[in-house]
Amino acid sequence: MTAPEAKSKPKSFQDIILRLQNYWAAQGCAILQPYDMEVGAGTLHPATVLRALGPKEWRAAYVQPSRRPKDARYGENPNRLGHYYQYQVILKPNPANLQDLYLESLYEIGIEPTVHDIRFVEDDWENPTVGAWGLGWEVWCDGMEVSQYTYFQQVGGLDVFPVSGELTYGLERLAMYVFGVDNVYDLPFNDPESDVPLTYGDVFLENEKQQSAFNFEHSDVEMLKRWFADCENQSNALREAGKPLPAYDYALKASHTFNLIDARGAISPTERQAYIARVRDLARGAAAQWAEQEEARAGA
Amino acid sequence: MAELLLEIFSEEIPARMQAKAESDLGAALEKALGEAGLSWSALETASGPRRLTVFVDGLTDRSADVKEERKGPKVGAPEKAVEGFLRGAGLSDISQAEVRSDPKKGDFYVAVIETPGRDAKDIIAEAVPAIIRGFHWPKSMRWGAGELRWVRPLQRITCVLDGQVVPFDVDGLASGNETEGHRVHGRGPYTVTGRKDYEAQLSGAGHVKLTRDERRQVILDGIEKVCAEASLEWIEDKGLLEEVVGLAEWPVVVLGNMDPDFLTLPPEVIQLSMRTHQKYFAVNDKKTGKLAPNFIVVANIDAADGGKKLAEGNSRVLSARLDDARFFWDLDKAKPLEEMAEKLSTIAFKAELGSLGDKVERVAALARELAPKVGADPDLAERAARLAKADLVSEMVGEFPELQGVMGRYYALEAGEPEAVADAIRDHYKPQGPSDTVPTDPVGIAVALADKLDTLVGFWAIDEKPTGSKDPFALRRAALGVVRIVLDNGIRLRLRSESASHSIHVILTILQNAAAELENGDVKVRELRELVKSGAFDRAEKTLKEIKVQESQPSQSRKDKEINELLRSTEGWHNDLLSFFADRLKQYLRDQGQRHDLIDAVFALGEDDLVLITRRVEALGAFLDTEDGANLLAGYKRAANILRAEEKKGELPENLSVNADLIAKGPAEEQALAKALTEVQAAIETPLEKEDFTGAMAELAKLRGPVDAFFEGVMVNDDDAAVRANRLALLTQIRDTLHRVADFSRIDG
Repeated sequence: MTAPEAKSKPKSFQDIILRLQNYWAAQGCAILQPYDMEVGAGTLHPATVLRALGPKEWRAAYVQPSRRPKDARYGENPNRLGHYYQYQVILKPNPANLQDLYLESLYEIGIEPTVHDIRFVEDDWENPTVGAWGLGWEVWCDGMEVSQYTYFQQVGGLDVFPVSGELTYGLERLAMYVFGVDNVYDLPFNDPESDVPLTYGDVFLENEKQQSAFNFEHSDVEMLKRWFADCENQSNALREAGKPLPAYDYALKASHTFNLIDARGAISPTERQAYIARVRDLARGAAAQWAEQEEARAGA
Repeated sequence: MAELLLEIFSEEIPARMQAKAESDLGAALEKALGEAGLSWSALETASGPRRLTVFVDGLTDRSADVKEERKGPKVGAPEKAVEGFLRGAGLSDISQAEVRSDPKKGDFYVAVIETPGRDAKDIIAEAVPAIIRGFHWPKSMRWGAGELRWVRPLQRITCVLDGQVVPFDVDGLASGNETEGHRVHGRGPYTVTGRKDYEAQLSGAGHVKLTRDERRQVILDGIEKVCAEASLEWIEDKGLLEEVVGLAEWPVVVLGNMDPDFLTLPPEVIQLSMRTHQKYFAVNDKKTGKLAPNFIVVANIDAADGGKKLAEGNSRVLSARLDDARFFWDLDKAKPLEEMAEKLSTIAFKAELGSLGDKVERVAALARELAPKVGADPDLAERAARLAKADLVSEMVGEFPELQGVMGRYYALEAGEPEAVADAIRDHYKPQGPSDTVPTDPVGIAVALADKLDTLVGFWAIDEKPTGSKDPFALRRAALGVVRIVLDNGIRLRLRSESASHSIHVILTILQNAAAELENGDVKVRELRELVKSGAFDRAEKTLKEIKVQESQPSQSRKDKEINELLRSTEGWHNDLLSFFADRLKQYLRDQGQRHDLIDAVFALGEDDLVLITRRVEALGAFLDTEDGANLLAGYKRAANILRAEEKKGELPENLSVNADLIAKGPAEEQALAKALTEVQAAIETPLEKEDFTGAMAELAKLRGPVDAFFEGVMVNDDDAAVRANRLALLTQIRDTLHRVADFSRIDG
């Protein structure tokens, strides 16, 4: 095997996304669109969390806008955003050469293997709100975490089999790295030589400002607490009706509502644990029911 | 003699697990080969980010034939005995057994079991898959659609015996003779015939430093070189060094720069950012001895551009981290520490135990009370306690929880608080583990003790004690911390009364909390019930209602009475908490080499001053090491055994008292013992009062002669019931006198 080589440098943020889409499409992934709900991470898309359960094979890739109210910084921090994109890939079962496929995807977006230091650093990923965990790594490129690489072991508190390999790329960070840009808002969103060149800031800066103000100043905590309870009830009712997919949707809504409450700093660490436990119960319940149904469908 | 090469190649093994896995694999292979009857002259191991390797040299080619004889029953023995013998020896018919004669026993059967030796190759082919299947990792996983578990997906098993592949298969993965090198510099694969070839190819074209020692040396040499060139001094960090040794197959040390403006941040913040997030080493400027605007990163690549881009990249990542940190630092400094402290009332400590603000109030009161006992200024202790938790709401601690206390100290100094207060804020969490130091400054001691005692009393009050391996609130650590602070600083504290009086504060919070919920109309009955369920609070609900009724006519004395009543019911958990401390003290003293039973013996007295307990244990240990002590213990045991036997027969009469007239008529030994007991009982009082336990034991030693002589010359079980009762009374006196110092019945021996 010869030493790996990088492809040409991408032109823009969206070029990185397009190359990843093409690359993973070529690996047989279904290229999905983002889930139409607020989620804190690409993993929470049912295409990952729920499809990781059950016996059926599955391959998918998609961009997922992720909202993390607590991380919002009024557009003033060059590295932190309350709304950003993740690129998510799931392959079930994971192919034996997944690490190689992943590294090739980095070369595909212009990272030169001979000058950059790419490392797999232990990171046991877990997402307590969906009762999921796996073993894997943070992938570092010159000390920067560019991806999360996980072999799922449990989802919704259930052992998964076969095992899925899950890749999450932090798209903005990755792009900042590829373009050598220190401020996320300076990233070229589209081709800088096009008729209407747009930066990331042109697209998202104002949104960050206003959403930050909402997250930290204007959200109505009492209302959010009521919403949380309503979502919880709806999710439980749907599960009782044997409909895990919408039940899961309402678990996601509860989860995001909790994140908004949390951003206001209005709850203590112990209360926080209690909220997380409630969301986890919803998500686990929906996941368990989904897994059961999948087993039944596969058996039939 | 053969040579074996075994390499287990996987995706990246967590750095912290490599060294242990390396030695475990070596040990497992030694055990398996040894048990199978092979021997060897040398077995060496190596490990790295993606591989565990074992080299065995001078391995025997084959295990020896083994002949074993098994003796059976006599010829003509019952059929059942013969059947059992055949089954055990693996024979199908008795004709396969030999018949031997013994001049005394006659003819009997002997089974001769011959096990032929096996080829090393076959033994290895069986042993290695079993080792892989049974290997223990701190955390293991499955992958793909397979059932095998390993730390990360297993990619190759290289197993070569004298140049030949030892063929086997583990869950579909076949052994082979190929290995892989560094992903970028020389991946291979390389076909290997043995150790020499393996080492040569990997360290050459493969760009892999095989052993931890090699990599550590490369890193240390690299650090020395870059530091010398830039006039820097490495801040040694062995833990991080061991970690990075496991992060690169081909380590290359690169020096990076950071914007000197960041040096206005506290050095702890910079170092922690470097260490935990980036695994960089920090360096000092050789001239100033202070942190330099540089860092050292160990890369896993000999970059084509000499490391320029990767140094820039790492520097950019660090800048982003430190930018965040500086943002937090500036934000925090702009906020007075007191304002942060006020915010604590909005954060729950533990639902039933109120907010962090409530906790701070309790800790402040307790710190003030403890201050004179530990030699601290009460005002300073209270002040420090009030500010101790304030940094928990700071941005920096939100980001780096490890910096709790450390940041509080900085913010306190910024706010112009006295140094003793600032230091106490930093130190009150100590000790954070067995290797951490304890606070030694009086103000720090007062706050550290108050914080831990409040936590412990609180969790006992709501009955959330550690169970088994579960201790989510680190209560064992808190109690051990109290033990260490008290003993290391020689602090005299009555733990029982301190925790009892403090529990009033805790119970007040609990009641206030519950009452507040009642008034809100949003009664969490369930929560309240749980609170009450703890047993100690079986009357809490009633009390709570009564307090509510009285609120319109507040009568402090009535309220006090209620609380006092409640407190009485808490005696159970106070005892329990005290024995929790006792267990920690035992653990602590045991680690220092004190006997477990002696600690029990002293604890049984109900002592709650840890310093006194320790002194008693030490004096007792020294006493029992003397001949007098050992013999007196024997005498005690004898007396106690007789008394116990009597108690079994029926109750010993109460108030067994010694009748002096009867003694005067008795034998000389009896008189001598009675006299000695009276004298010693009087003589031990003064040293005990002065806490001179060695002196008290010296007095006890005087009993040894009379006790021995008594048992030698006097029958306790006299025919005369009155004489017998009198002698039993003497025995109870021996027991009671010794119990003034320790409960000797708990001493082994």
